[in-house]
Amino acid sequence: MRGGWFKVYALVYLVFLYAPIILLPMFAFNDATVIAFPLSGFSTKWFAALVDDPPLHDAVRNSLIIAVTTAILSTTLAVFAARASTRYRFPGKAGLMGLIMLPLVLPEIIVAVSLLSILLMARIELSILTVILGHVLICTPFCIAILSSAFQSLDRSLEEAAYDLGETPFSTFRLIILPLVMPGIISSLLISFTISLDEFIIAFFLAGTEATLPVYIFSQFRFPQAVPVIMALGTILVCLSILLLSIAEFFRRRGLARSGAKDTGGFL
Amino acid sequence: MTVKPTMIEFRDVQKYYGDYHALRGINASIRAGEFFSLLGPSGCGKTTLLRTIAGFEGISSGAVLIDGKDAAQIPANKRPTNMVFQSYAIFPHLTVEENVGFGLRRAGLDKAEMGRRVGDALAMVGLTGFGKRAAHALSGGQRQRVALARALILKPKVLLLDEPLSALDKKMREQMQMELIKLQRQVGITFILVTHDQEEALVMSDRIAVMFEGRIAQLDDPETLYRRPKTRQVADFIGTMNFLPATVLSDTPDGCEVEVAGLGRCRIAADQAPPGGNGEETTVGFRPETLTILYDGQAAAARETPGTVEEVVYYGDMTYYDVKLDGVRAAVRLSMRNVPGRPVLDIGTRARVAWSPDALVLFR
Amino acid sequence: MTSGGMPRRMGRSEAASGLAMISPTASYAILLLAAPLALIFIYSFLTDGYLEIIRTFTFANYIEAWTNELYRVVMLRSLMVALAVTAATVLLAFPVAYFVSFYVDPSRKSLWLFLITIPFWTSYLIRVFLWKVILGYNGVVNSGLLGLGIISEPLQWINYNVGAVVVTLAHAYAPFAILPIFVALEKIDRSLLEAGQDLGESRFMTFLRVTLPLAMPGVVAAVLIVFIPTIGDFVTPQLVGGPEGRMVANLIQLQYLKLDNYPLGSAIAVSAMMIVTVASLFFLYLNRRYLRGPGS
Repeated sequence: MRGGWFKVYALVYLVFLYAPIILLPMFAFNDATVIAFPLSGFSTKWFAALVDDPPLHDAVRNSLIIAVTTAILSTTLAVFAARASTRYRFPGKAGLMGLIMLPLVLPEIIVAVSLLSILLMARIELSILTVILGHVLICTPFCIAILSSAFQSLDRSLEEAAYDLGETPFSTFRLIILPLVMPGIISSLLISFTISLDEFIIAFFLAGTEATLPVYIFSQFRFPQAVPVIMALGTILVCLSILLLSIAEFFRRRGLARSGAKDTGGFL
Repeated sequence: MTVKPTMIEFRDVQKYYGDYHALRGINASIRAGEFFSLLGPSGCGKTTLLRTIAGFEGISSGAVLIDGKDAAQIPANKRPTNMVFQSYAIFPHLTVEENVGFGLRRAGLDKAEMGRRVGDALAMVGLTGFGKRAAHALSGGQRQRVALARALILKPKVLLLDEPLSALDKKMREQMQMELIKLQRQVGITFILVTHDQEEALVMSDRIAVMFEGRIAQLDDPETLYRRPKTRQVADFIGTMNFLPATVLSDTPDGCEVEVAGLGRCRIAADQAPPGGNGEETTVGFRPETLTILYDGQAAAARETPGTVEEVVYYGDMTYYDVKLDGVRAAVRLSMRNVPGRPVLDIGTRARVAWSPDALVLFR
Repeated sequence: MTSGGMPRRMGRSEAASGLAMISPTASYAILLLAAPLALIFIYSFLTDGYLEIIRTFTFANYIEAWTNELYRVVMLRSLMVALAVTAATVLLAFPVAYFVSFYVDPSRKSLWLFLITIPFWTSYLIRVFLWKVILGYNGVVNSGLLGLGIISEPLQWINYNVGAVVVTLAHAYAPFAILPIFVALEKIDRSLLEAGQDLGESRFMTFLRVTLPLAMPGVVAAVLIVFIPTIGDFVTPQLVGGPEGRMVANLIQLQYLKLDNYPLGSAIAVSAMMIVTVASLFFLYLNRRYLRGPGS
């Protein structure tokens, strides 16, 4: 066997990684209220309970609005930054890029409290909008990481060729650059959507009275009788994330294949 | 032959990248309909100079004139020049047809006319029937052809080629060299080729500008460049050249008398010896093929010098010998055509080497 | 445009074009990241008055944060937990990265990476909560062991404590550790390893003398990328840590949202960032020393 013990180890490791996710549907379809083994019987009642839960629906709506807006805004901002950093040399580039990428290594609690402080000082009321501001901040670095590789694999002479053949800088962008980085843009949109949808701490600090889905889930953990419903919700969310990520991965690979670049692995 | 009108003119072109002086006063004109090469080692400024014609590179001072007009006033997308890029820059998301027809988008042609023009362009480069293929499914040679067709479809006055053959293997490269020459004759426009391959430049060009460190060292037709290089640097870059120290004994308008180490005293015609002072310590150079080893029984030549074979390199059609001439410190290289009756000599063989003063070039 | 488009702009003002291009993103980061960080830095030197912040300069918040036993214990615990998580994550991840890079067929590498990353992207909250379920008093582990008759009463040392926090965080940040190490291993020229063995080294010595030093940049990246966010994690200590497992993020949250003491909360936040920075620089310093020979 190739890899021998390494392979065994890696498989055990995968089981460790997936352990919680595998348990999720087991409890979601279990008809007991207590989350423990042994399982008592199959039931879909927890899924049914999701249908009749107005606060949950509000939270889902808020989260979707936030995630969609965040995805669009952070991808747009990331397009500018990725293009600037891959194409131009300018003074202060390292510093500015460092600042923009900082949320990647900054504990989210710090981002949350500092934003909360400044919003309160500026007397801006907490709402969906303020959550979006925070989410764009933390999603943009991820989008830049994805888009930079898309822009990097663009041969600069492609732009020059289009320009040489009579196009303007703008039409060159539209006809050549945009189609070529489009897979990157789509995967950036999907990733930032996923991050925003899942983000808890910033939303917890900045949402005010308009709870997002994770904030709602967090609040439900206090009530043991609500937990199976959350398991059902989690099952749906996990399936949704896996679907979105698979689509993102598909587009990322297609982008690489198009530009003929070598696959260097995942999103990060 | 009548001299053709000037198509491109460089007037004291200077280019700085920050502190780096990339082009240091380029003066040259390129004629209409000429196959012109910019030849030099990497970093000599040849690609930069080509890109100033295309308009991708601004210049710091001086002027570039295209067909008599100051190019500074014309943006790159309006210039009557088109470029074949080193990487070919084939748009990977478009088909061959869409690539080739890309430049026609703004011409406002109807579908039929467009299709006809694209078909003609593809036929010209031998790619008829490839129109619907995806660009990324092409081989290196085919990409090269697509790039050519795409650049030529706009009927530019000048076609710029930036090391277009460097990515191809040797066989393919030689084939494309011939095709490019034919293509240039067929379309009759100016081709400007950037290359670091001296052989490629010699094969293809009407005239060649040899560049070193941002300057044109010599601009001549291939034969003059090969036979009468003006500097040691040019001589060294193009083909193989032997150098021997020499002393100028007398310098007159019709040539000079020199004492060459190992070869003795001889006279070099004025066109192979730039003027200079008497008694000067200089160098003379000569090509390997201007020396001949005389085999036993061959008649004595007017000039011959004995030596010992030090190294033998067999090439099939040719054999190169490094021969240490008596009285010279370093060996000289000479080449002999391999013909029946002339066996390849062994290392250590004593040989008579015939040479001619006509083949000597004096460098100051 | 009379001056001619691209060439002029490319030549004269690449810097200006670059700055113009990055300005929307940079402005956003300055306004909503640099300015807020600066603000909490300032706050940390001000005085808390009930319902307002009094603008008198003071070190009192820092003195409180660093001398009060309660805060000191929590900060120290955060550091220890983050170090333990980092060590566990990186050590456990290395063989996986090594396996994927050296033994997995190239065409299947991205599938493996994808499988490794997926759990990271799925609802963090629910994943953490599930660890609570797994490790809890009536949790999967306990009920399983009870059911099998291995233990007679539930194990208590696995729930609501620092150990549970470490396990949960190690799980959450696993992909973060694998990917940088994998990337570093991928960059290693395989012929170097053959050269090592060709020169008479055993497989293990080749690993120690060639592979490991070359993989070090990836290991350091993994260390930093795990260590920095874990020290500031909020959800895990909150859900599985119990009172003994609280970490600095919980403390900050407490000061901000419950006690409304922004200056002290800011001082703790700034202190946490300082700890993170010092620790990170220490890791980088270690790396540089380690690589002093072959590196630059």
